[in-house]
Amino acid sequence: MAHAHTHDAAHDHHDDHGPAKGIGRWLFATNHKDIGTMYMLFSLLMFFIGGAMALVIRAELFQPGMQLVDPMFFNQMTTMHALIMIFGAVMPAFVGLANWMIPLQVGAPDMALPRMNNFSFWILPFAFTMLLGTLFVPGGGPAGGWTMYPPLSQQLGDGFPMLIFAVHLMGASSIMGAINVIVTIMNMRAPGMSLLKMPIFVWTWLITAYLLIAVMPVLAGAVTMLLTDHYFGTTFFEAAGGGDPVMFQHIFWFFGHPEVYIMILPAFGIVSEIIPTFSRKPLFGYDAMVYATASIAFLSFIVWAHHMFTVGMPLAGQMFFMLATMLIAVPTGVKVFNWTATMFKGSISFEPPMLFAISFLFLFTIGGFSGLMLAIVPADFQYHDTYFVVAHFHYVLVPGAVFSLMAAAYYWLPKWTGHMYNMKLAKAHFWLSTIFVNVLFFPQHFLGLAGMPRRIPDYSTQFADWNMISSIGAFGFGLSQLLFAYIVFACIRGGEKATDKVWDSGRPHGLEWTLSSPPPYHSFETAPEVK
Amino acid sequence: MKIVKYAAAGSLAGAAFAPSGAALAAWELNMPVGVTELSRDIHGLHMLIFWICVLIAIAVFGMMIYSIVKFRHSQGAVPANFDHSTKAEIVWTIIPVAILVGMAIPAAATLVKIEDTRDSDMTVKVTGYQWKWQYEYLDQDVSFFSTLARDSDHARQLDSGVDPNSVENYLLEVDNPLVVPVGKKVRVLLTSHDVIHAWWVPAFGMKKDAIPGFVNELWFRADEPGIYRGQCAELCGRDHAFMPVVVNVLPQQEYDSWLAQQKGGEQAAPAAASAQTVENAAPATAAAAE
Repeated sequence: MAHAHTHDAAHDHHDDHGPAKGIGRWLFATNHKDIGTMYMLFSLLMFFIGGAMALVIRAELFQPGMQLVDPMFFNQMTTMHALIMIFGAVMPAFVGLANWMIPLQVGAPDMALPRMNNFSFWILPFAFTMLLGTLFVPGGGPAGGWTMYPPLSQQLGDGFPMLIFAVHLMGASSIMGAINVIVTIMNMRAPGMSLLKMPIFVWTWLITAYLLIAVMPVLAGAVTMLLTDHYFGTTFFEAAGGGDPVMFQHIFWFFGHPEVYIMILPAFGIVSEIIPTFSRKPLFGYDAMVYATASIAFLSFIVWAHHMFTVGMPLAGQMFFMLATMLIAVPTGVKVFNWTATMFKGSISFEPPMLFAISFLFLFTIGGFSGLMLAIVPADFQYHDTYFVVAHFHYVLVPGAVFSLMAAAYYWLPKWTGHMYNMKLAKAHFWLSTIFVNVLFFPQHFLGLAGMPRRIPDYSTQFADWNMISSIGAFGFGLSQLLFAYIVFACIRGGEKATDKVWDSGRPHGLEWTLSSPPPYHSFETAPEVK
Repeated sequence: MKIVKYAAAGSLAGAAFAPSGAALAAWELNMPVGVTELSRDIHGLHMLIFWICVLIAIAVFGMMIYSIVKFRHSQGAVPANFDHSTKAEIVWTIIPVAILVGMAIPAAATLVKIEDTRDSDMTVKVTGYQWKWQYEYLDQDVSFFSTLARDSDHARQLDSGVDPNSVENYLLEVDNPLVVPVGKKVRVLLTSHDVIHAWWVPAFGMKKDAIPGFVNELWFRADEPGIYRGQCAELCGRDHAFMPVVVNVLPQQEYDSWLAQQKGGEQAAPAAASAQTVENAAPATAAAAE
């Protein structure tokens, strides 16, 4: 007893501290805000590294003929671009947001497991140093696509074990992040906040966290089998030894499809927070939104084979996966309709977060339409592995996931830093991004339909025109993002003082707006009451 | 305006890099209609779903744009306070389900047709290699490799100095095309020697993976003679972009004489093949000359 008492006293004393001084604050960080900040800055860095790789790709594709890089290096760029953007940019950015916002939104002082939080972040720099390091070893970086299909992925040189281990580390980091989110949400909500009173962003992250825990071990298993096939004589995926290369694809996409929703469900949450604020009207159909999110999560486990319709599945299998995939359009449609109904008869203003949210609404829906087209198996036999697919998933991931992250940054940045950012520049960033993202990706629909395969460094001259437009869009979009970095860092350094509510719309609702801007170091030291 | 300006600048830059003055190809927007029944069915499905999406887009985007324009804070719009409607949720769940069923029925019918490989007139076994195709005519004792044509292969080297626009059918030409008769149901068996490839001819509407250790099948029946071009569609390593698929569909008679000539002498086959490279537009003539 006495011991416990001393511990409590020490703990209380500790709470009076602000952040530690110097580098120790970051290395030994246990504070959810510090860790959230590190996650997001890390993801911003990865966004630029992955973006630079995309520009290498688009520069080579600017015109037919090989002008800049070897085909092998080109393949390394497409592979690394995907791995870095998915695991390094989008996922850590969402985990960073979860770190910052979940304790604030549920009325908790911090995340439930702060030391594991530290660990899950600090794994990432090592994982990505190793992944990027593959570019400098004999045989170069992974060049078989981010999907790592065997037997091709087995042809990688010394980078192979580095790739596998890096993927393992990223997975471990994600699982720890997900555990932390679930434990925090389940145990640390303010009194009175029942599950169906949680902010929608918290809901989407709760479901995302379960998806992560369900599928990350599957990915780990798949890449471990690749590893043992490579070094220990197993033949899981080698036909010569009785294995099946297609089995890898089934396992991979059993991870891969929920992974797609891991990258979009939190985006749904963000947009569902922002649209009501700037429409000055409550979110339409909160319950329906929660159920739709849960339905999408459930369906994500039974549609994986639509990524591989051309591998030669039985007819019944193709039918099942086609119908299940088409079903996803229903809850996704419900979401889009609910967002529209939220704006309907509202009083809408167009601050930068709302601009990005509206852009998300339109452009994500376009990605949804092409997704519906891709679900139709016979048509997919034409679309599969063409630029039509590239256009589709970039529409849902760039103006989808990435724009939602921009919207989130512009929405909560004043809350995080205590400063308003430069609205004019942010609006300029929005217009540049929205225009160029369409110049970049819309022509890729045409290229795919006309017959251009994806993952090729050179193409027949009939594809020259739209490729050139697409490359121009790529450079425009990429350079515009430098503006985003500038706006964020300028806002961290200073600016007009933000109020506690930040936005003068009467809304926003939510516990985060009851705190000061920036919030105290240990967010809610006494739990707020939720009615 | 800005986009137009950038596009113009881009074209100028492109012209500077490629001073051949060769006319650029058309600004293709849509999936071309193919030359097989399946490809026409697929094109029909594609257009059907596309127009359904357009209609939904008009309704949904129309509503969004209406809300954005009509209910602007700057115009003094006063927000309503409603926040749910079970009736609306049910309506916009049921209607999409109905639309999806409408799409699924024709899609399923086409899919059944695609998977029906019975009663074929002939069978060709296609084997993917890094980075070429092998074609074997089953029961005919005819077999050959099909690799990227030499002029394309030269032009596609890094800094070759050759303008791709000056190469006819750049990256879409091979030394020995697959030759099949018109109007016959051709069954294609697909497998691979090394990694996974995918055999694809857009005009036939079909694409399928060639997987080591496994045999996949697809079929097509070309309605018109002609040369149809496609590419490998599954990332297969360094030269994935450089293993095109070219199918030469010949009238039955010309096909028969081509086949007889192929079978005529194993030794003569390669010579005939190289003759075809030169005279690819009229391989029958080349065969006759031999």
